[in-house]
Amino acid sequence: MAKSTILRDRVAAVAIRTVNRVSRMTGRGSGTVIGGRVGMKIAPDLVTSLTRGRTVILVSGTNGKTTTTSMVVAGWGGSVTTNETGANMPAGHVAALVESKNDHVALEVDEAWLGDTLTSTRPHVVVLLNLSRDQLDRANEVRHLAERWRKALEVHDDTNLLVVANANDPLVVYAAEVRANAVWCDVPTTWIADALSCPKCTLAISHVGNSWHCTCGFAKPVALTAILGDELVIDGATVTLELSMPGEFNRSNATMALTALHCVDIDLDEAVRRVNAIHSVVGRFSVRRWNGHTLRLLLAKNPSGFAAMLATLPDDDSDVWVAINARVADGHDPSWLYDVPFELLRGHRVYCFGDRRLDLATRLDYGQIDYVVVDDDSSMPASKDTVSVLANYTAFNDWLGRSVP
Amino acid sequence: MTTICILYPELLGTYGDGGNGLAVYERARRRGIDVELISVGLNDTVPDASLYLLGGGEDGPQRLAADLLRTSSFGSRVRDGAYVVAVCAGLQILGLTFCVEGDDEYEGLGLVDVVTSRGERRSVGELATRVDGQLLVGFENHGGRTTLSGGVNALGTVVKGRGNDAKLDGYRTKNIWATYAHGPVLAMNPWFCDEILASVVGAELDPITSAADLLYQERCRVLSS
Ligand SMILES: [Zn+2]
Repeated sequence: MAKSTILRDRVAAVAIRTVNRVSRMTGRGSGTVIGGRVGMKIAPDLVTSLTRGRTVILVSGTNGKTTTTSMVVAGWGGSVTTNETGANMPAGHVAALVESKNDHVALEVDEAWLGDTLTSTRPHVVVLLNLSRDQLDRANEVRHLAERWRKALEVHDDTNLLVVANANDPLVVYAAEVRANAVWCDVPTTWIADALSCPKCTLAISHVGNSWHCTCGFAKPVALTAILGDELVIDGATVTLELSMPGEFNRSNATMALTALHCVDIDLDEAVRRVNAIHSVVGRFSVRRWNGHTLRLLLAKNPSGFAAMLATLPDDDSDVWVAINARVADGHDPSWLYDVPFELLRGHRVYCFGDRRLDLATRLDYGQIDYVVVDDDSSMPASKDTVSVLANYTAFNDWLGRSVP
Repeated sequence: MTTICILYPELLGTYGDGGNGLAVYERARRRGIDVELISVGLNDTVPDASLYLLGGGEDGPQRLAADLLRTSSFGSRVRDGAYVVAVCAGLQILGLTFCVEGDDEYEGLGLVDVVTSRGERRSVGELATRVDGQLLVGFENHGGRTTLSGGVNALGTVVKGRGNDAKLDGYRTKNIWATYAHGPVLAMNPWFCDEILASVVGAELDPITSAADLLYQERCRVLSS
């Protein structure tokens, strides 16, 4: 590397650290993204120089990025550099990378930035969780994303890269099958609405039990490396998942995180013990207090996320609170509410919160679900049990901010 | 029995389009109308129905949906007077041609004399259309620019957003309503849903109140400000 480049990178790193500190002091967010943007202007190759010589694991997909990345960090043990605030585009990566110099790096990556981030970080492992409809006003089309992933993996010239991929998501398989050494994970994946039509030939994919195939020959991979049943088997070694966090989807996330760690030679028994101990990730699944209520905060940003989260609710008639916004970070179009299987909430009373509570109430009303629109939440009647609060991105942050541990 | 049929939701159901079927069904059921809501999968034949619903979809699925419909009884049923609500890609499929995968022209069903070319840029955002003096509100997300031939009436004139060409939105024939406002447009616009339902059952409808009334007022306020 030329001397001037090194100097330029060093100047950029100092600038980022300063901006991070200033923006934290002035209370403008956590500072990470603002700092990163300044740095990227100074040195576009910053990510490359900041990750050189470090072991990098990337995590991408529509749902579970933040949780899975946290599981990689915890399971790895020791100090791991990560973008734990969820700033998952290059600016956020730079901000995380300048803050600490650990040998181990785990980054969650926005789906649209996977190709660039593969090139800039040259990771040891990339984890591909799932692909489904999300923020369509920003990302447009999910099949298009799968196509871009496939192209990026096809042209990536590092043959040592290991792709840990979900064998039950046809769109993920379509992207990852171009790598000869893909590490296929057989994990429960219930959302198939975006993979009913084959990504190769557009004909109908048959989903039968735990398998799927198309008449064109495209099918679930057979060489499975990790299989999640009652026990988790990774490369022939059996470990027991006893997660502290709820939900089948978190068991899937943990399986993929542990498989990634196995790929970088981490001892599975120790890693699984550390992953089992995680209770919440950036407030998700945490139990909080607000105005005399005890709340369990659940983040759900899109139809597949909601479907997974609805499946974790207690099987009784307890009240459920749902909060929906449609701000920039949520996507401006709440049409997706009609793709959420809210019918699962029949028998519960649902309180509607958030900027788009009337969109939610209309959806629930048409689905014959008992609902209450909450225009003034100061008058919420006391609830005797813990209330589940399902909220999309900015609504979740609102509830996290207004409640206390 | 009034049958409402959602066509190929696996291909044309990207933007909450199932909400349209749900809204018509529910507004009929609440009035005591004998109604059923069914959906047609990729390997099913198109059944007899009073109202067919077409949603939005990505390029490949849109092409396949056009092919499946072309070889089904759908066209002759529509020519015989079956009612259709088509949004987004569905709107394009009923026309003479539409564009997929770049600028490749693809043959539509030819049920309406309209053609869709690739727009200069994607149209993404709130859409408000003036239809017979009433506001139709929704959200659009498509790359098409649709041109109506002289004999075809638009559904309405664009107040906010782009619709067909930034001036007109959708089209209206005696048994087809088409708009670029996708997915739950019928759920959000109770007056429009009821107008369609009244045509389908061939009777005046009793007024009902629903959560959608408040949502509609709110969206009209937001979109006309
Ligand atoms: Zn196929």
